[in-house]
Amino acid sequence: MVKLNVNGASHDVDIDPATPLLYVLRNDLKLNGAKFGCGLGQCGACTVMVDGKAVFSCLTPVMLVEGRQVKTVEGLGTIDEPGPMQQAFIEQQAAQCGYCIGGMMMRAQALLEAKPEAGDADIRQALEPNLCRCGTHMRILRAVARARDLMKSKSAGMAPAAATRRAS
Amino acid sequence: MNAPNLHLPDVTRRGFLAGAGALVVSFTIPAEAQEGEVPAAPRAQAAKPKLPGSLADTPSLDAWIRIDANGSITVFTGKAELGQGTKTSLRQIAAEELEVEPAAINLITADTALTPNEGYTAGSQTIQNSGTAIRFASAQVRQILIAKASEKLGAPVEALKAEAGSIAGPNGARAGYGELVSADFLHVDAAADTKLKAPGTYHAIGKPFARVDIPAKVTGGDAYVQDMRPPGMVHARVVRPPTYGAKLVDFADVAVKAMPGVIAVVRDGDFLAVVAEHEFQAVKAMRAMAAAAKWQEQPALPDQSNIPAFLEKSVSEVGTVTSVGAESAPGAKTLQAQFTRAYQMHGSIGPSSAVAMLDNGLTTVWTHTQGVYPDRKAIAQMLGVPEEKVRCIHTEGSGCYGHNGADDAAADAALIAQKLPGKPVRVQWMRDQEHLWEPYGPAMLTRASATLDQNGKIVNWHYDLWSNSHGTRPGSAGSLIAGRLMARHFPPDPARMEITPLGNGDRNAIPFYDVPNQRVNWHFVADMPVRVSSLRGLGAYCNVFSIESFMDELALAANADPVEFRLRHLKDPRARKVIEVAAEKFGWSKDPLPEGRGRGFAFAKYKNHAAWLAIALEAEVDRDNGTIRISHVVCAVDCGEAVALDSIVNQTEGGILQSMSWTLYEAVHFDRTRILSPDWSTYPILRFSAVPDSIEVHVVDNPGAPYLGVAEAAQGPTAGAIANAFRNATGKRIHDLPYTRDRVKAVLGV
Repeated sequence: MVKLNVNGASHDVDIDPATPLLYVLRNDLKLNGAKFGCGLGQCGACTVMVDGKAVFSCLTPVMLVEGRQVKTVEGLGTIDEPGPMQQAFIEQQAAQCGYCIGGMMMRAQALLEAKPEAGDADIRQALEPNLCRCGTHMRILRAVARARDLMKSKSAGMAPAAATRRAS
Repeated sequence: MNAPNLHLPDVTRRGFLAGAGALVVSFTIPAEAQEGEVPAAPRAQAAKPKLPGSLADTPSLDAWIRIDANGSITVFTGKAELGQGTKTSLRQIAAEELEVEPAAINLITADTALTPNEGYTAGSQTIQNSGTAIRFASAQVRQILIAKASEKLGAPVEALKAEAGSIAGPNGARAGYGELVSADFLHVDAAADTKLKAPGTYHAIGKPFARVDIPAKVTGGDAYVQDMRPPGMVHARVVRPPTYGAKLVDFADVAVKAMPGVIAVVRDGDFLAVVAEHEFQAVKAMRAMAAAAKWQEQPALPDQSNIPAFLEKSVSEVGTVTSVGAESAPGAKTLQAQFTRAYQMHGSIGPSSAVAMLDNGLTTVWTHTQGVYPDRKAIAQMLGVPEEKVRCIHTEGSGCYGHNGADDAAADAALIAQKLPGKPVRVQWMRDQEHLWEPYGPAMLTRASATLDQNGKIVNWHYDLWSNSHGTRPGSAGSLIAGRLMARHFPPDPARMEITPLGNGDRNAIPFYDVPNQRVNWHFVADMPVRVSSLRGLGAYCNVFSIESFMDELALAANADPVEFRLRHLKDPRARKVIEVAAEKFGWSKDPLPEGRGRGFAFAKYKNHAAWLAIALEAEVDRDNGTIRISHVVCAVDCGEAVALDSIVNQTEGGILQSMSWTLYEAVHFDRTRILSPDWSTYPILRFSAVPDSIEVHVVDNPGAPYLGVAEAAQGPTAGAIANAFRNATGKRIHDLPYTRDRVKAVLGV
């Protein structure tokens, strides 16, 4: 039995602990966001966040993420209430087939959580491990920049409320 | 939202529709309907005018549109969403003529039990063929509804109009579409002269609508065949031979059968697969099986270092693509050049996958094939059952860009499912299986020779190309990997040279420029030691690269600006327009650039009868490490009336970047026995660091003009523009694709 925390929820999964995290997310937890692309850490379609860092879930045995916080695309928002990253990709229509997009969003999310002021060059550099074959790169770059701006305005909007709570 | 249909299929369209609480209609899909990229043959009833788009093959209106008694509208297309956004744009087209919002249209895509047979979703023809059919059918249905409303409301048709799902008449009289339907009321053939709405009255075509598929794709919704998890589903993996023709000589499956979770080990001739409860158990069992299988291999591949020699010595037939004017013409100067292109991959990011289930003698296959009907035919032959015993339902996969492993994975799943009746079997290929077994875009050799007169005009043009067929899609069971490997060993279909207006290896081999004397020949190579088939653009990629490279050399020889030189040879006003727009928006000039930088321009009209596209770009060449960086790109495209402008821009940007990747990096490597490009490190493609700073796509819209295919139009011109920018930057030309760092350094003498 492996204990997992995914998108804030705890799960006990009866699985061979050597199983890559990707298969557990997709099959046992029925989360579609992370995709199988290469199984080799060369394409990034399987990218998820573990304790805030972008990792290749296809290469990560599930036992290594016990006690850590795993986040997938499903943890960024829902189809009815998309989070800023998802909202930005929808606004920019930043997908063709869309198969790589979940991995792109998670790598970008990890960047922006660590570096909210990331510039366009930072975004480009951060996305280097992830492949897109449809050629949606320009839109992906625009969407991540837009997500950065949405997150900044959101956190700016949140700041007074947080300050008020602290003051009380 | 067309999420994959996870429910078990009700196999008949009648049943599907009745199940939806609808009136029962009759419906026929003609057996002779078009399959693949073949021009529609002249039909027997030649007296009738040809119907527009795919209506020519499937004329009955109820094959395309259904309106239920509750007013709901369902539109059927035989084309599949491959990431081009057509689930959205086809809704826009139907909504336009039916006078409803696109969101009111329920769209059913490629399914052998439900939709018309529109052959393959290929060749940039969805809007051109299916969109045109749906447009005309929708307009005619609107007119039928108005006629019905005229009877019901007692008002003349001239006083009635369709709006928001109703027919409205004088004094507030109104009848909803649902009130006007009756049994079989759309079971009539399409008319050739249906009047369409005028562009000035559009509410949906050309208006910005967000794509319907994107929200699910960015939130982890059910979007792909890979995401299907029907109850009781089991996971399968195939074990492939190390080379195409290897024979299995020894295999002991005892240890594999005892592995945790393993449900079945499948061996049928040289076809091997394993089925397990959990996916990773199947992966581990697959690895154990691969280690246990002993194969006999033969060297059968050509010499990768001399593909032109292989192509030249393997010619089986020479075909005339065009022969216009005189064989030769006197002139001032004659130039010659030879170009080549390596074998290149589709390289889908998600390896091919399918789910299949055998239930009560019916095999249902959920597949990301581009052709549900042809795939069904091949799978039925492979299984030895009638076609009615196989149903193929298109379910999205990772982008395919042509004939990738989709059909083969569908066949794998169908074959494995025969061993486990009642269980949905999910197959997903591993990365190396996709890279090694997908049919590649064929290698090509081209030779051009042209003569300029005293005025710098081309008076004579000879062009020869050497290539395999670019179309080995199903086809028979022998076009499927499983069909070839299984004990029955279906042979591959023999390759045939077909020279048609759609083009194959010869696509865009005829220059679109005004040249009085032309000879174009295809030296056809039937032998296919490397598995090949349709990759986005087919021969157009290498032919346009060759022609546009050569046009620049001719412009230099004529001492002319490359843009002006092209315009000098083009009377076609829409060709001139895209060239002028691209040049102007780019700021095309002769001004010198810093050392190592160059400008490149190229143009083509895709297939010579689809979209016009011109492109200008700037490149920087690093002599020391051999890299070429494209800094900015400007493109202008005219594909007739723009249904979904943003999707045209998205597809064109994608075509530019994909072609940039092919052109700069991509070649399949092999020795005389094995393919040596099993992953992304041995077959590198474009990454973000090489993406240009900017790409502008300008759509030259022509409201009211016929729809023209666009999604593949950028492939050739992009390669030509990169080639010409490199030439402009360095004074040297590279004639061989791809423009790898080694090649750049060799040409520059570094």
